[in-house]
Amino acid sequence: MADLRINFCGIESPNPYWLASGPPTNSGEQVMRAFDAGWGGAVWKTLGDPIVNVNSRFGAMDIAGAKVAGFTNIELITDRPLAVNFEEMAAVKKRYPDRALIASLMVESRSEWREIIRRSEDAGCDGIELNFGCPHGMCERGMGSAVGQEPRVLAEITSWAREFSSIPVLVKLTPNVGDILEPGLAAVGSGADGLSLINTIKSVIGVDLERMTPLPAVSGEGTHGGYCGPAVKPIALHMVGALSRDARIAAPLSAIGGVTTWRDAAEFLALGAASIQVCTAVMHKGYRIIEDLVEGLSEFLDANGMASVGELSGRATPNFLEWGDLDLNYRVVADIDADACIGCQLCYTACLDGAHQCIHINQAPCHAWHGEPDHGQGVRARVANPVEHEAPAQSDARVPWVDEAECIGCNLCELVCPVPGCITMREVSVDTRRQSWNERVRGTAL
Amino acid sequence: MTKSTVSPRLAPNRLERFFEDAKPAYSYAEARIEAQRCLNCHDAPCVKHCPTEIDIPKFIGQIASGNTRGAATTIFEQNMLGASCARVCPVEEMCVGACVYQGFNDQPIAIGRLQRHATDEACADERATGRRLFTPAAPIGRKVALVGAGPASLACAAHLALAGAQADIYERDGVPGGLNTTGVAPYKMKAESSLAEAEWLLSHGARLIAGVAVGTDISFASLLDEYDAVFIGVGLAEVRTLDLDGPGVWAATDLIRAIKTEQRFALPPGVRRAVVIGGGNTAMDIARELAMLGVKKVTVAFRRREAEMSAYAHEWVGARSYGVLLRENLRPLAVVHRDGALYAARFEETDSGREIELACDLLALAVGQDVGMQAMEAGVRQNANGTVWVDPTTRRTSVGRVYAGGDCINGGREVVDAAADGRIAANAMLAEWKAEKNGG
Repeated sequence: MADLRINFCGIESPNPYWLASGPPTNSGEQVMRAFDAGWGGAVWKTLGDPIVNVNSRFGAMDIAGAKVAGFTNIELITDRPLAVNFEEMAAVKKRYPDRALIASLMVESRSEWREIIRRSEDAGCDGIELNFGCPHGMCERGMGSAVGQEPRVLAEITSWAREFSSIPVLVKLTPNVGDILEPGLAAVGSGADGLSLINTIKSVIGVDLERMTPLPAVSGEGTHGGYCGPAVKPIALHMVGALSRDARIAAPLSAIGGVTTWRDAAEFLALGAASIQVCTAVMHKGYRIIEDLVEGLSEFLDANGMASVGELSGRATPNFLEWGDLDLNYRVVADIDADACIGCQLCYTACLDGAHQCIHINQAPCHAWHGEPDHGQGVRARVANPVEHEAPAQSDARVPWVDEAECIGCNLCELVCPVPGCITMREVSVDTRRQSWNERVRGTAL
Repeated sequence: MTKSTVSPRLAPNRLERFFEDAKPAYSYAEARIEAQRCLNCHDAPCVKHCPTEIDIPKFIGQIASGNTRGAATTIFEQNMLGASCARVCPVEEMCVGACVYQGFNDQPIAIGRLQRHATDEACADERATGRRLFTPAAPIGRKVALVGAGPASLACAAHLALAGAQADIYERDGVPGGLNTTGVAPYKMKAESSLAEAEWLLSHGARLIAGVAVGTDISFASLLDEYDAVFIGVGLAEVRTLDLDGPGVWAATDLIRAIKTEQRFALPPGVRRAVVIGGGNTAMDIARELAMLGVKKVTVAFRRREAEMSAYAHEWVGARSYGVLLRENLRPLAVVHRDGALYAARFEETDSGREIELACDLLALAVGQDVGMQAMEAGVRQNANGTVWVDPTTRRTSVGRVYAGGDCINGGREVVDAAADGRIAANAMLAEWKAEKNGG
């Protein structure tokens, strides 16, 4: 069994999974149930001056039957008194001393920061996370992403926190910036012990076409919200990877953004994360998802000969390059497994309309039956209906084939194929000398 | 002569109303989930295996996007009987049988149920909003008489009416829809669905002239005098009986008709054992219906072997799932009555030559039907099996201006074939008139 324990800039937890700051960490009763379920840590719902929320607050985007592929919220920070929150946090830490308990904080003035950090330490927190990411509501009051988007303000507040805090200080970054390195460098430069990213992305999740209201709707009106959920994972992966590969960022990264399965978590770890935070998946499926998050990751580490989470962390980072450093001489072509193919010909359509016109179907007897070969033009033949029915066609008669000389190895066919493993990209060796664009421009490899 | 454009009402308390749908209607949520599974194949095999060539991936995509009216339009443009075909088509042998998912996870798209959803919902929307899916073209000054108000004639008449032609359907019985109304197994479609569809089809401008028998009340020749063209859609009128009759002996089609349309029809009390003679789809239907109605032992007696039955495999599986038994290699000889009641059916075992009796309280004959004399009034050429010969691309008969479609040309196939015949014949007539106009 691989060792799932982590030590994140001094914060220890039995596994790398923490609940991200949000509705699932709103109260002590919830966090205790989460810890009973097996979560390694929790970042408490952001504390600050209690606010007033609106109805409704959430919106979701479903894609082709997949519920909550993307999610948005316009909920603000905690709406419960600070004293109640700190009291519950102390009770949680006392009952679950081995779990990581982190206070997410968002206040304005230097004195407020000093006060709330002191109370967090008094409650027994293992660390604090500065919420410089929230892109809705709070930023209009000069907090959240309003801070995260201003490296100088971010650096100043981070240095206050570093000054006041005797426990690790994490800075939570907003993705609503041009280059994530700017706030990242500002945070570590001013003393952040760790970075959490990403917070949510500015978004409008949809429009109610009957009421003509942006969603989520508040009495027939709407505002932009913070976007998260499985659909944001690629954006988060990029930002985690961009910080991970930069030599100036030594602080550990706590990855947030669409983690739903252990595989998502493993990807973030491989690209440089040291801990994983989850919120939307729990809002969708509940705390119980922790079981497979833990078991799946453990199994993956065992199967790949890794003894600990630390061994996985950052493994893919060295392979995360700029485009200009990629090998121009590498080549793959599509390979269709005729036995696995079910004859839907989606690869044919995709290649014809969306790629490079190198998949062909001109052997299909269906066209002969229709009396008209389509000559690869992709036009559905319309001819008079024959009187006799035909038996269903054998699917192998509909297997497309790849013109390898023309195939540019783009992957599109593999991506649209509904049968896993049916289309694979096969390496072909043309020129074994590696040459990147940057090398070509510099003329060093020739 | 009774002229009516309103469908007659069905009797209340019909036995068929106790049958539940084998493939019930989808809610929109259910339909959308199923529709989203469709891969939208290139050159889709399902389309190739639909006799009316409905653009199935297109209409399924329209359901998935929430464009239900668009989905229905896609269906009806190719098949005006899309609503009944959705229920009665042997999709397992057609579109669904060709679905590429058959080769992957064995869960093909439920095309029939999706088609039912689209057509039902769009027609309900028409009724609710008054916005029609199709608007008839301006009159073109052409008249067509259609003989028989079954699926072929209804489809043909609807296409003609939409193109601006006058379409008069002459129906001997009071009820339109043909076998869709009187012969479809009630767990597939109820008579009221068929009548609702007929009413919708007629609402595009065709007229139903009910209670008038062509050949008896009005001659075929006079139709040809009065109309620009005549369409024969009389189906199969003659039921084969094997010379078996007497109390307890039914033609399967008559029994199904009674279950579907007669007020307060019930099986005679004490029917515990039934024998069905035949091996086709009608035999499977009546056997399954009898079993579903509580007949304890239903036996299908077939003159050859199971593999030679003409019934679709899924229909036989369906009947078997209700406990229907099969006896192979039995040639019917006679029926045995005792005390004025049916006692048994006597057969010869064709492999041994031995005579046996199967005790039964009810005997249903499902051994086929033939084209009736009505179709021959027009003097059209017949095929060797007695069906009406037509040109395969136009459905034109050997007699000028006379077209035919449905069971009377194919010997008894599917509603979808009749729907295709009706559309093809209508288009052929329209093309001919256009050519005449251009030529003259």
